[in-house]
Amino acid sequence: MLTLKCPCCGVTAEETEFAPGGEAHLTRFGPGTDDQAFADYLFARKNPRGVHFERWRHAFGCGKWFHAARCTATLEVFGTYTAQTSTPPEELVAKIKAKRPDWEGFA
Amino acid sequence: MSNAISILNGASSSDAVKITDSGLRGMITLRGDLDSAQLKSAVSAAVGSDIPAQRKITHGPMGGVAWMSPDELLLLVAYDQADAITAQISEALGAEHHMAVNVSDARAIFRIEGQGAREVLAKGAPIDLSPEAFGIGDFRRTRVGQLAAAFWMTQTDMFELICFRSVGEFMFDWLTNAARDGSLPEYF
Ligand SMILES: [Zn+2]
Repeated sequence: MLTLKCPCCGVTAEETEFAPGGEAHLTRFGPGTDDQAFADYLFARKNPRGVHFERWRHAFGCGKWFHAARCTATLEVFGTYTAQTSTPPEELVAKIKAKRPDWEGFA
Repeated sequence: MSNAISILNGASSSDAVKITDSGLRGMITLRGDLDSAQLKSAVSAAVGSDIPAQRKITHGPMGGVAWMSPDELLLLVAYDQADAITAQISEALGAEHHMAVNVSDARAIFRIEGQGAREVLAKGAPIDLSPEAFGIGDFRRTRVGQLAAAFWMTQTDMFELICFRSVGEFMFDWLTNAARDGSLPEYF
């Protein structure tokens, strides 16, 4: 069970109040790109064992989307942050790096 | 004219913690920039209340204002005033980017009253309902059982709860079942 803090309404709530939205920070490949790039955009996911960035929606609360960084192996939540960004905040990346020195970093 | 009635037309249960269909209530969804002075004055003119802080509800002489999300308020007013107040708000906001909609008939509203009202909700909502964590003035959107809902306290041991009208009957049954005499853990 995950406990996430919604950065939009400030609530710290358990998983069942939220809806998962899959991997975060995807680059969209649409019309005009080649088939392989489009297929990868649609189907290829990192699915790491360890640090992962995801989209979540506070479905039963304020209804807003946000981002979360967590570990897929331990379920440790490193932090949540605004949906209005295409990269995780630097402080958060630094915090994760301090906790997981072996992590290759956000790419 | 059609004769509007609420989802269960005022039905109530008979246990110690009593569940009542509160009847018709005017509800207006207002979306926009909550920091805007124009929106503040429109709300204040409509219900006589300030804009509530995050996850709070405020009350004025003409109704209540609840914080729904960073860009959304819910105005609770008299049912027969809802259309007029919606129009009044739209007029006051003019060209400012906003949305005001009368959603009264899309919602159901229930009253949960009696010692143990907190525990009835705590059975279904995944949040801390202890007196230290939730009190008068707080407003929370969450789920009750598997239904989306929002509730607040009107006084000690009395809550009001809103949900979609389409699931109103199920909500009433759920709450009534959770409030059955002898079924409360008496934890709080
Ligand atoms: Zn939220």
